[in-house]
Amino acid sequence: MIVKGTDGVLVQGITGTQGQFWSERMKECGTRIVAGVSPGKGGREVGGVPVYSSVHDAAAEHDIAVSVLFVPPLAAKSAALEALQAGVSNVVVLTEHVPYHDIMEVLAEAEDRGARVLGPNTAGLVVPGEASVGIMPGFASNIFQPGSVGIVSRSGSLGTLMALHVVRAGQGQSAFLGIGGDPILGTTITDAVRILDRDPRTDVIVIVGEIGGSMEEDAAEHIASIDKPVIAFIAGRSAPAGKRMGHAGALVTGNRGSGRSKVEALTEAGAHVVEVPTQIGDVLRGRARVRGSDEPPRSRRDVRPAHDAEGAPAVPKTDNHPSHLGAPPAHSG
Amino acid sequence: MELLEHLGKEVLRDSGLPTPQGAVARTSQDALQAATQCGGPVVVKSQIPAGKRGKAGAIRFASSPEEARVAAEDLLGSTVSGFIVGAVLIEEQVDISRELYAAVLNDAGTKGPLVLFSTEGGMDIEEVNAVSPELILRQAVDIRQGFTVQDASQLLASAEVELDAHLRDDVAWALAKLYEVYVDVDADLVEVNPLVLTANGNVRALDCKLSLDPGARPRQQDRFARAETSMPPAGTELEQQARHEGFLFIELDGDVAVLANGAGLTMTTLDSVAHYGGRAANFLEIGGDAYTKATPALRLVLSNPRVKSLLVNFCGAFARTDVMTEGVVAAIEELRPDIPISVTIHGTGEERAIQLVEERLGLTPHDLMDDAVEEAVQAASEASR
Repeated sequence: MIVKGTDGVLVQGITGTQGQFWSERMKECGTRIVAGVSPGKGGREVGGVPVYSSVHDAAAEHDIAVSVLFVPPLAAKSAALEALQAGVSNVVVLTEHVPYHDIMEVLAEAEDRGARVLGPNTAGLVVPGEASVGIMPGFASNIFQPGSVGIVSRSGSLGTLMALHVVRAGQGQSAFLGIGGDPILGTTITDAVRILDRDPRTDVIVIVGEIGGSMEEDAAEHIASIDKPVIAFIAGRSAPAGKRMGHAGALVTGNRGSGRSKVEALTEAGAHVVEVPTQIGDVLRGRARVRGSDEPPRSRRDVRPAHDAEGAPAVPKTDNHPSHLGAPPAHSG
Repeated sequence: MELLEHLGKEVLRDSGLPTPQGAVARTSQDALQAATQCGGPVVVKSQIPAGKRGKAGAIRFASSPEEARVAAEDLLGSTVSGFIVGAVLIEEQVDISRELYAAVLNDAGTKGPLVLFSTEGGMDIEEVNAVSPELILRQAVDIRQGFTVQDASQLLASAEVELDAHLRDDVAWALAKLYEVYVDVDADLVEVNPLVLTANGNVRALDCKLSLDPGARPRQQDRFARAETSMPPAGTELEQQARHEGFLFIELDGDVAVLANGAGLTMTTLDSVAHYGGRAANFLEIGGDAYTKATPALRLVLSNPRVKSLLVNFCGAFARTDVMTEGVVAAIEELRPDIPISVTIHGTGEERAIQLVEERLGLTPHDLMDDAVEEAVQAASEASR
């Protein structure tokens, strides 16, 4: 999903502290917030935005292109289902720690309805100059500027850093798609790459991935068949070997999931994989050489070879943090 | 959160899926008693959350209660795959006619549950997958529909599964049960390898790997509580202390202490330290809670005696860097670490954050993350000389 400034955005959970705070920030980015939902609080206004008790009620009065959820983990399923069942075709689930079985139900429903879910556990998406949906600093002009670089990122904090380096390279973003740090996601890296490949304003695609899971390897299979140049960064390549999900988890991904496997798959598919975030600026400046270049553009410093731990799969997952570090990936920071 | 085998099997039994008769023992005397009760030859299985226990020598076969006692005495208190064995499971030996493989897990690819089944159970299933993936049946499930005995029968019928018709019904029933467990306990994974058919034609779960979704903790509180109290302690002393304080902390063997926010950025910071020739001392993620948790977090990081320099890297999206920095600056003022500190800050709230560092710590944050990393790496290397 790539939002336009004219798209009507619904905020579910708008009366909460975060919902209110980020609604204001989103508006600063040009986002057209047409309504909010808060069960039992219909009839109020928050910062000039009318509040409804249900998505159904809001949808009866407004044209809603996207709904963004500021709701607690155990309420996310019913809130997302409510949006889908009211006919909203794009749902952004920011919430972290949504039970996986809940989100799988939401995704099955979205699939049936041909709707798109971004997240969960995502910082959202930004289309500089148009709109920002979520909790990214779309209002910060040193980080987001209109341009032609499309970024897909599993992590919010790292994605922000990459966006900053794009702007420092004198360029801007056509879209930033934060897909989320959970292992089960509505929009995978491959899905996001497809969206950016179709987007006429996107000239270059940047993938900000990390160890764990096999989304980057899956995406590599797809990017081999597209024409737009792809630059990638994989976080966690130096992470020590850690816990993994057990045989069945490893079975599905095979031996994939380590930093090395991701870098190899992406490089083979023709992506330019950078070693440190700052290098993205160098690559963007010398973009003509991005694809099929034997000699990657030099960084301003003498860059040493990567210290990629041999097949290192992961840093372990903790309970309050279904980490996107480990084989059971997760949390976007 | 992974459950120990005996807790996982308890869940299976509660759902009606039979496991071999047995009991948990925490002393060799208990083991003797449990083996005596079993009556015949037994298996003594170390209860640790790690795979490949057989290869690690953590599973022993005993033909008499006395042998079981000796095996338990040997295993209890020993360290296997980094875990101290605190309990063994004593189980009757089962007369096996077929060893099968069955699992249900969350699958990222299909964005839903995936049921796996193979007649090649009992061995390394990854090996089976690598050599002959066609021997593993896979069935994606719509979680709203579930996976019934009929679905399981269809799956078994869909391929050339060499099973007698009446056994096929039993296996289909077991697969549906496994799916039921997966749903009931909010599992990430439930895997039985091997699921055996006994000489008498009965189905038994000989092993169980059950992993719970931490996100579902609020509705699975009892299971989490039991899983946690039974779990043997793992990790270094510092890591255990960190877990107690609610941090995700991993001790590494380097000398550059790292404080960053967000898992992605923290990993990237470690990678950058490696890239510039240094070695990080820890992985520690602090996020929006940094304001209140900065002092214990910093104390944790600094209590590693190898630490020679401190690198702080914040990049704010949702998390405001000024709030995080306020916490870290206060922590540094309180703990006064006697090592060089390198700072780099970007994103939401950066102006005030940088000002805080300059005014209260007398340090100038680096505009480029690379410069901060290089400085910290160099400082550590100089201090080591």
